[in-house]
Amino acid sequence: MNMDFHERYPIDEVGVTERVDRLNRRSIKKESKLSGLKLALSMIDHTTLEGSDSPGKVIQLCSKARTPFAPMPDLPTLAAVCVYPTMVPVAVKALEGSGVHVASVATAFPSGLAPLSVKLEDTKYAVEHGATEIDMVISRGKFLSGEFQYVFDEIAQIKEACGLAHLKVILETGELQTLENVRKASILAMMAGADFIKTSTGKVQPAATQPVTLVMLEAIRDFHQSTGKKIGMKPAGGIRKAKQALQYLVMVHETLGLDWLHKDMFRFGASSLTNDILMQIVKQTDGVYQSSAYFSND
Amino acid sequence: MNKRLNVRKTYKNFIGGAFVRSESGHVYGVTGLSIPPDMNTAQEKANPILAQACRSTRKDIREAVVHARKAQNGWASKTAYLRGQIIYRIAEMLEDRKANFTEELTWAGISKRAAAKQVETSIDRLVYYAGWTDKLSQVFGSVNPVATPHFNFSTPEPLGVVAIFCADESPLLSAVTAVAAICTGGNSAVLIPSQAYPLSALSFGEVLHSSDVPPGVVNILSGIHNEIMDPLASHMDVNGICNWTDHPASQALLDEHAARNIKRITHQSWGDGTSDEFESPYLMMQFQEIKTTWHPVGY
Repeated sequence: MNMDFHERYPIDEVGVTERVDRLNRRSIKKESKLSGLKLALSMIDHTTLEGSDSPGKVIQLCSKARTPFAPMPDLPTLAAVCVYPTMVPVAVKALEGSGVHVASVATAFPSGLAPLSVKLEDTKYAVEHGATEIDMVISRGKFLSGEFQYVFDEIAQIKEACGLAHLKVILETGELQTLENVRKASILAMMAGADFIKTSTGKVQPAATQPVTLVMLEAIRDFHQSTGKKIGMKPAGGIRKAKQALQYLVMVHETLGLDWLHKDMFRFGASSLTNDILMQIVKQTDGVYQSSAYFSND
Repeated sequence: MNKRLNVRKTYKNFIGGAFVRSESGHVYGVTGLSIPPDMNTAQEKANPILAQACRSTRKDIREAVVHARKAQNGWASKTAYLRGQIIYRIAEMLEDRKANFTEELTWAGISKRAAAKQVETSIDRLVYYAGWTDKLSQVFGSVNPVATPHFNFSTPEPLGVVAIFCADESPLLSAVTAVAAICTGGNSAVLIPSQAYPLSALSFGEVLHSSDVPPGVVNILSGIHNEIMDPLASHMDVNGICNWTDHPASQALLDEHAARNIKRITHQSWGDGTSDEFESPYLMMQFQEIKTTWHPVGY
């Protein structure tokens, strides 16, 4: 695997788009659709990252993560709840005993423009208060100006500060400009110790797209082949419809195989996706099209 | 011999402000009782299919309801005055294409005079309802006397998304009246035109398209009623059903689906659509809800 990030990493952009188009044409119906939807539901990092977040809102969010839809108690819980560091204690308390993880964004999310010492403190604060997963942002400015070593060292130090908590590294692909940069950043993050790589903060447009996700999945596959390490993937932002979620699952299965079709290896960062999946699940069982008016808006 | 072939119009569904075919690609032949002048070969005369209309499926219905829902809030929150102006604009556009619509209606076997009358009645009806937009809450709203120190008032508010099933008789007037009476008050609509004579209602979509009606407020889908009534009436995101068809079997089906989430449903006998009840604010009120507000005063 090429480790000199100053060299070209050629990516066939047309090929990527065409492969995505081809995979999107898979037809998934009936039982397989239903189990796909339930799988996607179990992979959601239910997220609220607004300046206006309050303990009340986070508690609501947590109760949705524990019990996505009360009339169907057999549904899986969501994978995690993703909040800002100061909301971590609230979420930890609300999710006690549910098996739902608490993820916290850290490292001066979403810009990442703070000194390293502040970022480390930010991370330690979240971990000490009980976050089991940390979503960090990389320094995109440094990356784009070619200071790869800086970015690498930063990720490595944050990883150390995480201790036992899982580290998800947000590349913010919407700011990386090319697919080539996406692949470089993916490999760099995995080399530096990421447990997951994640597309976006959700604060920059475009957020997660399928071509970007495919490039990252292929980077994960190549990394696994050369090192034997399995890294997880989390597309985040812009995935709102159940149909999109199923298309992502097809992509994961075709690129990485069954081992990655589990919430330990693949996550969706989303907030409105949950309800659309629930509506589709109820549609599959009830047979009639659903209305968002009948689903809690958390 | 240089005989020119006429360029015929493809009749399409009108969903979310765009003219689209059914996702299935299926169509059904619309037959006429008289023959358009350009149908002059022996074969065309023997089998006068006027046009192929979209045979919509449940997925087209789903699309239409999504667009109607998305558009409804924005439409209802426009000022009543503006909504009135837009409805009046539809009348202007329809007047402009009067000859066109008259001819299209004669294909359905209506005499030229009756067709012209139907188009004129349609235009007048739009003007009538355009005037009602900013009067509805004056006439049907009220300030209510209550025994506590509250300011208590009631105003009509639109129901939301309404499914409309049009009659076979006077197909244009039926579609126009439905749009005028139901959408004027701030509802959005999924309109299913007459199954036998859908063409004039589908062309009415073109009039709406050029009248500043926001995309999605009116969606028009042709098809076999037996196939599309079921997914549309059972859709949980539809708030009301307006039924002007006269089939007892479909009434029962619609009633059953309406009960699922307590949709408001009305069955009315359309007749020829010229009776007073179709030019009345009470028709608008069928798809309005009265909201009452208690506002504390005096402390």
